Amino acid sequence: MVAAIAGDYPVRGSTLTLREVSHRFDLEGQPLPVLDRISLQIGRGEFVALLGPSGCGKSTLLRLVAGLDTPTAGSLLTEGREIEAPDPSRVVVFQDPTLYPWRTVWSNVALGLEARGLLRTHRGRIEDALRLVGLTSFANAYPHQLSGGMAQRAALARALVNDPKLLILDEPLGQLDSLTRITMQGELVSLWQRAGFTALLVTHDVEEALFLAGRVIVLSQRPAHIKAEIANARPYPRHRGDPHLVELRHQVLAHLGLDATW
Amino acid sequence: MSSVTDEVPRPSEKLGFGLFASSTSRSLIGGLSAAAAWSFVAALTAFWPDKPDNDWTYTGDFAIACGALAVALALAAFAGVRFAAFQRLQRLTPWLFALALFLAAWEAVTAKLGLLPLPFFPPPQAIVEVAIDDWGRLAEGIVASARLLATGYFLGAAVGFVTGVAIGWSRLAGYWIHPVLRFIGPLPATAWLPLAFFVFPSSFSASIFLIALATGFPVTVLTWSGVAGVNSAYYDIARTLGATQRFLVLKVAIPAAMPHVFVGLFMGLGNSFAVLVVAEMLGVKAGLGWYLQWAQGWAAYANMYAALLLMAVLCSGLITLLFRLRDRLLSWQKGLVRW
Repeated sequence: MVAAIAGDYPVRGSTLTLREVSHRFDLEGQPLPVLDRISLQIGRGEFVALLGPSGCGKSTLLRLVAGLDTPTAGSLLTEGREIEAPDPSRVVVFQDPTLYPWRTVWSNVALGLEARGLLRTHRGRIEDALRLVGLTSFANAYPHQLSGGMAQRAALARALVNDPKLLILDEPLGQLDSLTRITMQGELVSLWQRAGFTALLVTHDVEEALFLAGRVIVLSQRPAHIKAEIANARPYPRHRGDPHLVELRHQVLAHLGLDATW
Repeated sequence: MSSVTDEVPRPSEKLGFGLFASSTSRSLIGGLSAAAAWSFVAALTAFWPDKPDNDWTYTGDFAIACGALAVALALAAFAGVRFAAFQRLQRLTPWLFALALFLAAWEAVTAKLGLLPLPFFPPPQAIVEVAIDDWGRLAEGIVASARLLATGYFLGAAVGFVTGVAIGWSRLAGYWIHPVLRFIGPLPATAWLPLAFFVFPSSFSASIFLIALATGFPVTVLTWSGVAGVNSAYYDIARTLGATQRFLVLKVAIPAAMPHVFVGLFMGLGNSFAVLVVAEMLGVKAGLGWYLQWAQGWAAYANMYAALLLMAVLCSGLITLLFRLRDRLLSWQKGLVRW
């Protein structure tokens, strides 16, 4: 199945480099600094989580990586080339699935191929992506007929069908109920392992970050800078009760100034 | 599935004849009551002599028509015992019953008792007379009106749609078109009438312009608001997936704006009816609007009622058609208003 998604070549994720990236918004003439000189190096196929308090600018950082916005200062590079515009090799999965309500699940997943004129030649990928997320029997359903978890799975299929080299996950499981979230976390890990893309996850769920990522970057309050980097070398599949993860969780919470709750 | 829903009493069944237990006997009783009411209209028309000083040619024919309808309703009611298709008529029976009562009252106060002044209030048979004797001219009127309305409406809707998308999408288009729209749009299209009739080469082309104007304004504004209101995340998604500007307009902005566009088309259709009738009355010497004016000029009030009735049927039919089209195209929407 992975081979079908990936086409004929083996998928390897792309690298991502952030050099002194700063960004600020203009709020009624007042500059509002959001990101403060963030530098980061992510290797091929790595799974990195960005963790930080609400409103610290994590999502802004992801928009820069996606190429939807350009930073006020600094530069972002992938495979050594500057990111200037959105590109289908870097796909975002947003917190809200934002499926197009006028399209069926199948046509929503087909979106990227259609936009690039690849629908005729790569039609089969849509079926594969739907199978991968377990939505084959809902191909003809409209978004309003799906549950939250199914909609987010469809959004994931819509991203994966494009064979991304970098998957940008903006709190993709944030709106799901806790049981669905646990299931989807497991599915996300196995998808990542099979497809081999580089994954950049934004979350404010410490447990989720540690369960999924090989490296957790802790960001400060706005304007965000990197407070700490925690490597997490536990092998996959991971277990939530793993004492090592529990210890890491304590560390992360300390960096966030929340260790008093421990 | 259908057998389950069939057994659930529909709310409509409670409106009329909901006294009987089984739906078949209920539909039989309902159908027969409607048939009885129409036989009553037939008998009243046939056996109660018209007021002597009026001589209505088609009194007998009207009675026969009502009688025929009564027989048809009775047959349908009996057929409903066997065929589920006829039971659907049951929904209409309260209305058929009320309509019969209305006609009976109308017949009584006009032809029979002469309580309402003539020629302003003719009896039903006078309208039947118009339908039989003057159908040729009415049909010509329908064709002329339809031609004018269709040309003006489609032109206005098309221009309005394109303009709306342009304003919603392009800042430059917005800068130049928006002030013009704000200034001219609220002006009733009929205010242009005197100007249009001498600027345009024919009253027909002038009317097309006016109808297009009346249709175009709401379509433009609502298409624009639809495009401007598209969730910006829809664009982000498409852009990260490699969409071009063209794709963003055609495959994201326009489909997302369609529910608004249909509201505009609906309002535009209503406006276009108003302008059509005024244009026909004042300039174009054809069409149902002109027929109304002409009938009034000759004090042929029965003809006027006939034309009004016809107009109501046609306008309502067009609105229904538009709603059907919307239901088909926007079947993905939840909670559509049923027309």
